[in-house]
Amino acid sequence: MTATALPAPRTGVEVGDRAATAGKPPRSENRAGWLFATPFLALYLAFLIGPVVIGLLISLFNTTTVRSGIGSWVGFSNYADVLTNADFWASMWHSALFTLLTTPILVLLPLLFAVLVSRLARGQWFYRLAFFAPYVVPSAAVCLIFAFMYTPETGLITNAFGWFGLTAPDFFGSTSGAWFAVVLLTVWWTFGFNFILYTAAIQEISEEVYEAAALDGAGPWQQIRMITVPMLRPTIGLVLILQVLSSLKVFDQIYILLTGGPNYTTRPVIQYIFDTGFSAYRGGYAAAATMVYFVVLVLVSLAWFLVRRRNNSANA
Amino acid sequence: MTQFSRRQFLAAGGSVSLAVAMSGCSTPIGSSLTGAQPSTADVIFWHLFGGGDGENMATMIEAYRESSGTSVESSLLSWGNPFYTKLALSTASGRPPDVTVAHLSRVPLLAQAELLEPVADQFAAAGITEDKFTPAAWEKATVDGTTYAVPIDTHPFVLYYNTELAQQAGLLDETGENLKPMRNSDDFVATLQAMKDSTGNEYAAVASITVDPSTCWRLFLMTYSGLAGPIVEDLGTRVTIDRAAMEESFAFLQGLTGDLGLMPRTATSTTSSTLFSNGEVGFLFDGVWQIPTYREVESLDFNVVPFPALLGPEPVAYADSHALVVPTSPGRSAARTEDAVRFVKGLLDQSSTWADGGHVPAWLPVQESEEFLELQPQSNYTEAAFNAVYDPPGWYTGAGSDFQTAMGSVVASVLTGATDPAGGVDALTSSLQTFSTARPPV
Repeated sequence: MTATALPAPRTGVEVGDRAATAGKPPRSENRAGWLFATPFLALYLAFLIGPVVIGLLISLFNTTTVRSGIGSWVGFSNYADVLTNADFWASMWHSALFTLLTTPILVLLPLLFAVLVSRLARGQWFYRLAFFAPYVVPSAAVCLIFAFMYTPETGLITNAFGWFGLTAPDFFGSTSGAWFAVVLLTVWWTFGFNFILYTAAIQEISEEVYEAAALDGAGPWQQIRMITVPMLRPTIGLVLILQVLSSLKVFDQIYILLTGGPNYTTRPVIQYIFDTGFSAYRGGYAAAATMVYFVVLVLVSLAWFLVRRRNNSANA
Repeated sequence: MTQFSRRQFLAAGGSVSLAVAMSGCSTPIGSSLTGAQPSTADVIFWHLFGGGDGENMATMIEAYRESSGTSVESSLLSWGNPFYTKLALSTASGRPPDVTVAHLSRVPLLAQAELLEPVADQFAAAGITEDKFTPAAWEKATVDGTTYAVPIDTHPFVLYYNTELAQQAGLLDETGENLKPMRNSDDFVATLQAMKDSTGNEYAAVASITVDPSTCWRLFLMTYSGLAGPIVEDLGTRVTIDRAAMEESFAFLQGLTGDLGLMPRTATSTTSSTLFSNGEVGFLFDGVWQIPTYREVESLDFNVVPFPALLGPEPVAYADSHALVVPTSPGRSAARTEDAVRFVKGLLDQSSTWADGGHVPAWLPVQESEEFLELQPQSNYTEAAFNAVYDPPGWYTGAGSDFQTAMGSVVASVLTGATDPAGGVDALTSSLQTFSTARPPV
């Protein structure tokens, strides 16, 4: 599209040159491109591809963190152990449950607030700041403050239940209380990121559309329902997949707040991997668990990609 | 022209930084790049003590530094499961400290993985010999006939009592300080009942049950070990549970929190310390390391004794020990090893400072000294160090392990009444199954 805005070439010769090289840049440019990409590629190889390859390799060995070297060859038995281990599947379910609990809230609530804030006549900056600020607080700090507020007997949130005549759940001692604690914390903490994504998308929607709608007699509610939300559909899709992937990767909050307790009933799969790989020294086994988890994440992303492609081609 | 081209400049810069990196071998950063052991002091020491224990350890190190003229670099690593991960990784990669603190319950795995230097000969030359230690601790420090660790203490799980309340309940003997002897679980229950009746409070005793699997595990293993041997053998790969003994232990403990109503079913560590500090219960079941905490409660007059024999004929104390070990390092010079051994001996000689934290010194010359015998309440429970039962040897057992969390969680669900004794045995067996059938790292 931008190509059409370029000034037309002055001579035919130049056009010919450009046409010849359009598909394939000259060798020197090619080399420069690789050179510029080298720092990135080196880091990418060293810290992403490298570890994945090493992980794949040691998942086939009885590698441990108490001995140097990769240990003895065990074939696919680590995978067999992982796939038949009830604790592994329990922790996979906890990660999935966390995703099910947080995703709807974190996709819909920020949308609602972003739309509401966008309708404000003044002081929008204040709300954007207020909603986004918690997101920049480090997880450890958030968890320590919330742990303080969840403390039985003396904590602020525990007491807040009393103001409404309710009894606070046992935030650390019971499974349901622990999930409540970690979901509330996560919503407060990460709400701002999705909020900002929605806000940015709302600003992209042209004023003219609203003006036209207003001329046609559409009220604020109709404008939101018929214009804002449909125009935000791609962003909602993006927020949804980002949220699902980041919720599936949950670790910090649950580890710091609950260490996966009580009795491992909230332990997410990443903590399971950490526990077996580092605390229980079983590196090869943990690598196999990581690979299984990695495959699940890839499948989720792939499913989203396929759904989106079908939607796109249906729209076109 | 003497002007540098850009290429020459970059080349010169690169070689300068390379030279810096090469010459940096003696610095910690340099040695971490080359994989050599850092040598920033004569003895590099790791420990895991915060709070009062940390202060005592710092005093001991400082005293040793001054008297010996050796430089000691001491690092406090946070206690918890990652401590042994850090120790194992640093040792496996050839850069361990010269001396580190380890729990005796963790020594079997570390020794099996060849992460510990068997330095018994050098220790013997320095006068550190078996006859000068609490036998139970020395035995636990020995794996397959080789001694890998020097115990510095034993810290058993014990019985705290409020002296004033015990006096009122008529539970004290003529000295007015010690509990009347108890011979079995009936005596023990009667004592708790007398306390409850005398005070008129809801409960007689408390233990931290909620979100405290380690405490639950200690209480359980103490009770069970009066009746039966270790629950696993062969470094944890064979389950050797005595079902009847386990069910009996669960039933006894569940009675205390359930039908007898002598202890609360749910209590966090905060609840239990509040109840005991305020005199709302007369007894507390906890480790000796809590003594400094309660010493600071002004209105509280308390004493500490070993648990009596409960279900079995002999009293048993669940315990662990802090020990000093020398991690394996191929590059450590003989001179450094000598410094390390001297340092270990230096700390042992100051065991009386260490005992202040509630621990029973493992070093008999101090344990039998006048100074320690006068130390109250520490000298009351020296016997517990001799009756000590540790975690069974296994690659997954020991202080701060997932094993303790998993086992303790089952015990907690029995104590709260959520699981009946037979169900508890099943749950514990199946949980143990996942540990014992996993491929061991050694």
